[in-house]
Amino acid sequence: MTLRKYLVILSVVFFGSVGDAFLARGMKHTGAIDIHHLSNVFTALANPFVIVGIFFLLAFMSSYMTALSFADLTYVMPATAISYVVMVLLSIFWLHEHVSPQRWAGVAFIVIGVGVVAGGPSRTEHPAAQVPARGLKERA
Amino acid sequence: MRTYYTWLCIFTTVCTAAAGDVLVALAMRRIGDLGEIRRRHGFFAIILRVFSSGILFGGVFFMAIAFFSNLIGLSWADLSVVGPASAALTFVTNALGARFFLHENVDRRRWLATIFVCLGVLLLTWS
Repeated sequence: MTLRKYLVILSVVFFGSVGDAFLARGMKHTGAIDIHHLSNVFTALANPFVIVGIFFLLAFMSSYMTALSFADLTYVMPATAISYVVMVLLSIFWLHEHVSPQRWAGVAFIVIGVGVVAGGPSRTEHPAAQVPARGLKERA
Repeated sequence: MRTYYTWLCIFTTVCTAAAGDVLVALAMRRIGDLGEIRRRHGFFAIILRVFSSGILFGGVFFMAIAFFSNLIGLSWADLSVVGPASAALTFVTNALGARFFLHENVDRRRWLATIFVCLGVLLLTWS
């Protein structure tokens, strides 16, 4: 793993958690969506916080795709799980939500899980013939 | 009742996000390292390869469903519940998807990490 690759992983964490926080703030402004009027979710797209959140999540998507181009999904997912901590911190300091000690313990378990997996190799090497999935004939 | 709908949203988010992640991972594996492609063929080659991948668009479609489901869930419950619950459960389903569909080497270390994440989710959501 080079410095560039670590920076890609960090940008996945940053854009993902900040984007989620913007979306959450926007949805608080929009209010609860009635189960019988789910199409009202599209009205949330006019909220500035939701719009900014979507831009952050687009940046997240491009860095996430870049990360998946050089590492396994089962490496990228846990390696970026530090975003749970960022999300809880944003919940406390920006959204003023209450986070109990039990939830903090949950975050700790998730982070330990990340630590366990992060020490392994980032990529499973496949012989070229094994890579294509059954029924999928597409060639990149 | 709202708790039931929240969990329905989390379940929908988890399933569609996992399908999206597995498809996007498959597409990016076939496309190859974007850094290498940019060095050898330039930035335009990345755009060309990414936008000509049907699997990638399939993955993005499922991710879009997950996005809207997550958005609805966030309007019913706190970010500190919906965010970690859906994301951590997606981690578990992704591990299964990666093992069986992408044939990744999900060894004992990665399964152990999955158990820790499951315990973390239980603590986060049942508090």
